[in-house]
Amino acid sequence: MKVVLEHLTKSFPSRNKKVKEPVIAVNDFSFEIPDGELIGLLGPSGCGKSTMLNLICGLQTPTSGKIYFGEDDVTNLPPENRGVGLVFQNYALYPHLTVLQNILFPLQNLKGAARPSKEEMMNKALDAARLVQIERLLERKPSEMSGGQQQRVAIARALVKRPRVLLLDEPLSNLDARLRLQTREEIRRIQRETGITTVFVTHDQEEAMSISDRIVVMKAGLLQQIGKPQEVYDDPVNLFVAKFLGTPPINVFEGEVRNGLLYIGENSVLQAPGAPDRKVWIGVRPEGFLPEQAGPLRCTLSGVEVMGRDISVVASHPACSAAAIRAIISAESAVDPKAETVRFALKPNKVHVFDRESEERLRIELK
Amino acid sequence: MEQKNAKGWLYLLPAIAFLGVFMVYPLVDVFVYSFEEGYNSASQTFFGVGLYNYSYVLHDPYFLQALKNTFLLVIITVPLSTGLALLISVGLSSIQKLKDLFQTIYFLPYVTNTLAVGLVFMILFKRTPYTDGLVNLMLHWFGAGPIDFIDGPHWAKMFVLCFYTIWVVMPFKILILTSALASVNQDYYNAARIDGTSRSRIFFRITLPMISPMLFYLIITGFIGAFKAYSDAVAIFGTDLNAAGMNTMVGYVYDMLYGDSGGYPSYASAAAIILFAIVLTITCINLMVSRKHVHY
Ligand SMILES: Nc1ncnc2c1ncn2[C@@H]1O[C@H](COP(=O)(O)OP(=O)(O)O)[C@@H](O)[C@H]1O
Ligand SMILES: [Mg+2]
Repeated sequence: MKVVLEHLTKSFPSRNKKVKEPVIAVNDFSFEIPDGELIGLLGPSGCGKSTMLNLICGLQTPTSGKIYFGEDDVTNLPPENRGVGLVFQNYALYPHLTVLQNILFPLQNLKGAARPSKEEMMNKALDAARLVQIERLLERKPSEMSGGQQQRVAIARALVKRPRVLLLDEPLSNLDARLRLQTREEIRRIQRETGITTVFVTHDQEEAMSISDRIVVMKAGLLQQIGKPQEVYDDPVNLFVAKFLGTPPINVFEGEVRNGLLYIGENSVLQAPGAPDRKVWIGVRPEGFLPEQAGPLRCTLSGVEVMGRDISVVASHPACSAAAIRAIISAESAVDPKAETVRFALKPNKVHVFDRESEERLRIELK
Repeated sequence: MEQKNAKGWLYLLPAIAFLGVFMVYPLVDVFVYSFEEGYNSASQTFFGVGLYNYSYVLHDPYFLQALKNTFLLVIITVPLSTGLALLISVGLSSIQKLKDLFQTIYFLPYVTNTLAVGLVFMILFKRTPYTDGLVNLMLHWFGAGPIDFIDGPHWAKMFVLCFYTIWVVMPFKILILTSALASVNQDYYNAARIDGTSRSRIFFRITLPMISPMLFYLIITGFIGAFKAYSDAVAIFGTDLNAAGMNTMVGYVYDMLYGDSGGYPSYASAAAIILFAIVLTITCINLMVSRKHVHY
């Protein structure tokens, strides 16, 4: 099921007595989710991700704008008529019901002709349980299961009615690191098997990048960028997106374009032929540094960490907005850990230039 | 291990000593009194040991009246007050405007003195040579009455007592239940809404189980409280409850000790032990029922 959002806006009246301005949680948001895709909705805490999900599932109604599922306008439809499944961050499994009863619960709500027979309900519940591989835990209570298992039950409950759209609100944030990895693979597999259009909300960029067909980056209610994870990573539209994606994060320097050259401090690092002079932010991905004897960027070396395949070089530079620069270089390159300075050349395709004021990306050709 | 155990007991000693002196000892004492026949409090002597005290109490029409009153009071007020409190709390938690105001109003009776309220109830219900009372006035509008609620038929007096008891115990129940309802995570309701759960199903399958520990607490304490009712009856019907036919079990115990016909600690002890046995039984039944229906 294709999902289309058109100029979606949701504002909440201000609770603060002094500031009368409403809180705009989702601001004029438009995008389209192609049928059967898994979309990662990514943004920092409080940027309106949950509100967005609530709008899509119908728990909240938008202040303005429209929502379509396929050709149906569902903007004013109550949640139960939309055919959505929602997985909550804390799972919201009914603690007094067993796993099986939890999964059956949505089916038992059906009335009239839509209500399946007891046997059908059982079959559907078992199918859902099998899909998330918890068929051996059906008689347990939620409190008797691990976080990962509860998560699976929550997904099974959301899937048992075969929703048109599956929504997951930070589904992995309550799991430990190892389970998180495992469960996100699991979610990907389940989504592939069912082919249900899925929106996956997270503030963890790595999570979003690894499982999404497409990521949607938002900030303070505003859409920043949509695209395939790699595209967004390689081609961010502004400094925020560039900073938000990637571990270790992008290194940001105060810089300048002068006479067709790109400067970091007094080091002219790359050629920018034809670009007008201006003050800029320069973002360099950690993998964009090449250690060279006569490299143009001189940094003070603070440490070298060997991480097997790669080497992580920690250095500093007065123009860098952070205290430390992190560069990831291949293990073959020679960096003397005892040296005081290290010199880098930069890979042009790993360097992004942003306007100093607006922080928008400047499409400058670099060499 | 041994050492640790000894230390543990040492820490518990003050509490055990305190409870022993002020709770266990009196209880045992009452138990012993209840079997001592013909006890004389002045000379502290008794004739023998046996079940005569129990037999006397169980054949005393005043005790049987008190037993009946108490049971009626329990059976009527506990379910009604709990049910009403639940209804009001659900109503309160579903409104937004004026919620605090209503909550305060509902809580007022709790901070009001029982005897003062009893007096007000008596004035509302009492018939005097000059007036039939406010309640009878209202009954009159509907073409009923007048009924003498304070000195009239037993059912009318029982009605006033139950009405009053419910009115007095409700605020606390409402307070507990509104906070229990407020503590149910909103996500459960959101999940239920998305699944298209009907309102009644939400209430019976989600809300009730979620607040069942609090509800159960209220029912148990409600039972115990109602079995121990006494001051409420005094507030409305005065101290001579036997004459009014409105005595309760605790009232009977009190009268046996200090009332006009009092001075019989053995009978009082026997009655107290019977009350204790009843409350214990009911509480055990409650606990057994709760195993199946209360979800912690
Ligand atoms: N019911 C509400 N009333 C008022 N403000 C709200 C409400 N829900 C969310 N907000 C505000 O909207 C913004 C976005 O919230 P939310 O969607 O929960 O963010 P996220 O899920 O991305 O962390 C926040 O500033 C939050 O304070
Ligand atoms: Mg959120």
